[in-house]
Amino acid sequence: MKVLVAVKRVVDYNVKVRVKADQSDVDLTNVKMAMNPFCEIAVEEAVRLKEKGVATEIVVVSIGPKKSEEQMRTAMALGADRGILIETDEALDSLAVAKLLNKVVADEQPGLVLLGKQSIDTDNNQTGQMLSALAGMSLGTYASEVAIEGEQLNLVREIDGGLQKLQLKLPAVVTVDLRLNEPRYARLPDIMKAKKKPLEVKTPADYGVDTASKVTTLKVEPPAERQAGIKVASVEELVDKLKNEAKVI
Amino acid sequence: MSILVVADHHNADLVAATANTVAAAQKIGGDIHVLVAGEACQAAAEAAAKLEGVAKVLVADHAAYNHQLAENLAPLVADLAKAYSHVLAPATTNGKNLMPRVAALLDVAQISEIISVESADTFKRPIYAGSAIATVQSSDAVKVLTVRATGFDAVAATGNAAIEAVAQDAQDAGLSSFVGEEIAKSDRPELTAARVVISGGRGLGSAENFAKLDPLADKLGAAIGASRAAVDAGFVPNDMQVGQTGKIVAPELYIAFGISGAIQHLAGMKDSKVIVAVNKDEEAPIFQVADYGLVADLFEVLPQLEQQI
Ligand SMILES: Cc1cc2nc3c(=O)[nH]c(=O)nc-3n(C[C@H](O)[C@H](O)[C@H](O)COP(=O)(O)OP(=O)(O)OC[C@H]3O[C@@H](n4cnc5c(N)ncnc54)[C@H](O)[C@@H]3O)c2cc1C
Ligand SMILES: Nc1ncnc2c1ncn2[C@@H]1O[C@H](COP(=O)(O)O)[C@@H](O)[C@H]1O
Repeated sequence: MKVLVAVKRVVDYNVKVRVKADQSDVDLTNVKMAMNPFCEIAVEEAVRLKEKGVATEIVVVSIGPKKSEEQMRTAMALGADRGILIETDEALDSLAVAKLLNKVVADEQPGLVLLGKQSIDTDNNQTGQMLSALAGMSLGTYASEVAIEGEQLNLVREIDGGLQKLQLKLPAVVTVDLRLNEPRYARLPDIMKAKKKPLEVKTPADYGVDTASKVTTLKVEPPAERQAGIKVASVEELVDKLKNEAKVI
Repeated sequence: MSILVVADHHNADLVAATANTVAAAQKIGGDIHVLVAGEACQAAAEAAAKLEGVAKVLVADHAAYNHQLAENLAPLVADLAKAYSHVLAPATTNGKNLMPRVAALLDVAQISEIISVESADTFKRPIYAGSAIATVQSSDAVKVLTVRATGFDAVAATGNAAIEAVAQDAQDAGLSSFVGEEIAKSDRPELTAARVVISGGRGLGSAENFAKLDPLADKLGAAIGASRAAVDAGFVPNDMQVGQTGKIVAPELYIAFGISGAIQHLAGMKDSKVIVAVNKDEEAPIFQVADYGLVADLFEVLPQLEQQI
């Protein structure tokens, strides 16, 4: 079975992001970039499926600037076999990304598409769901366990109240959550080998997809600052403050 | 303008965030209809009919809609959506699972987790784990939105809307099927709706130690939350995670024990009214958002606090 994994280049999760003075966007100049953490988990899962003999080929796809190749090479160092970069300098909305991924799905005919549950930059949490609709595939979001048996995928997903088990018909779209696995680190020889793996570069126009968005960002502001608090010296003082100052207990 | 709110519910009851979503719909303005799609979901429909500001409740009662499987439910919502200017759902796991699929069927964008309504087409939403707030405007014919409950005060349950069955030809898409679920049972208030939340982090050290939060939570009638580290370490189940990728809470009082205050955790609780942090590291970033910080060993603080409250 071929597994397609969608990976996105985003700001590194450790970076404290700041808003530009003109409020047009966040300021990403000279900021460390990385693979979206949920995409790392998706890649790891694909690699484990390959190690189990379930997956036969892992194709990574990314939509973004040229530099997304860095994250694609990382995915290849972890075990992906080849990559497709759909190059664009525009920040596309999830619908446009899903439409492009749908074209790749049509070309590649994967048995399983793995995505992160959420990009940590836009916090959208949409792309996998949209792709499943466009491709007419089954959908499993927030996966914490994935097992493939024949034509079925047994899924455990994290939901508000706890865990839910679903059975999905393949081909399926699955978005992964934090507890699915712990991604490995790439080894140096694999990083070297990854440089030689095939990476095809395309553009949105090659797929004939209109990527214009009907949603425009009018401004980006910093969140409301909290008033600086105080340190209390003892439990007594804390209880007194909560009772008499904050009046919350 | 008319607005469709897709209720989140468990057939027998309505998920509280539905009432906050109706509040967001009121801010947009227009006739508000609520869709309750499930199986044997009359009780949830009756609860929805009581929500203030709701003009009509549409009920789609069919086995295919049980468990709100997106493949079955999205076509129904997308079909109904054509008669509305806006379709809203709470940003619960059900809402977030369903709405992008609805939007894709309608060929429109979906706007996630709005925290305010600026006008009928303009909304605010947090991005980058709440490090920034974006104001976005949509020119899509139907606006498909999920609503972050903490951004809107729930409407009261004093209404009395009409309940109507929707004519439907419900179909099981045959793509996915429900196998089972493990739902945490607790007598405590629901995390996202609690007035007081007590959370524990890696500092609690173990599952047994995590239970040391119970007596204080009992005394305060609090819900219990956790950091990702505490969930990953297996101290508590996933549904207790507070943060960017867990639950978003904004109680009157949030008390964090042994949580360092990573941005991803803060994203889920920094809109709480009063924040207390107990941490033995005085440099812990959680103190930057805490109204009251106590630099101490949490295991010494817990019994004292319980006694003195
Ligand atoms: C993609 C992604 C998503 C994430 N989503 C979330 C999320 O939704 N929610 C979330 O919480 N995190 C999330 N994280 C993880 C986050 O980055 C942090 O790793 C996590 O919040 C740390 O948890 P913690 O504060 O419990 O642990 P630590 O950072 O290890 O902090 C433990 C704290 O306990 C204190 N301590 C230890 N012993 C004691 C004691 N006896 N008394 C008092 N204090 C003590 C220590 O001083 C320390 O400050 C996410 C990370 C990523 C990459
Ligand atoms: N530009 C992109 N390129 C490749 N994959 C993407 C892109 N945007 C989103 N995705 C995938 O969709 C997941 C969820 O993203 P989002 O819906 O943007 O929160 C990510 O974890 C990726 O797997």
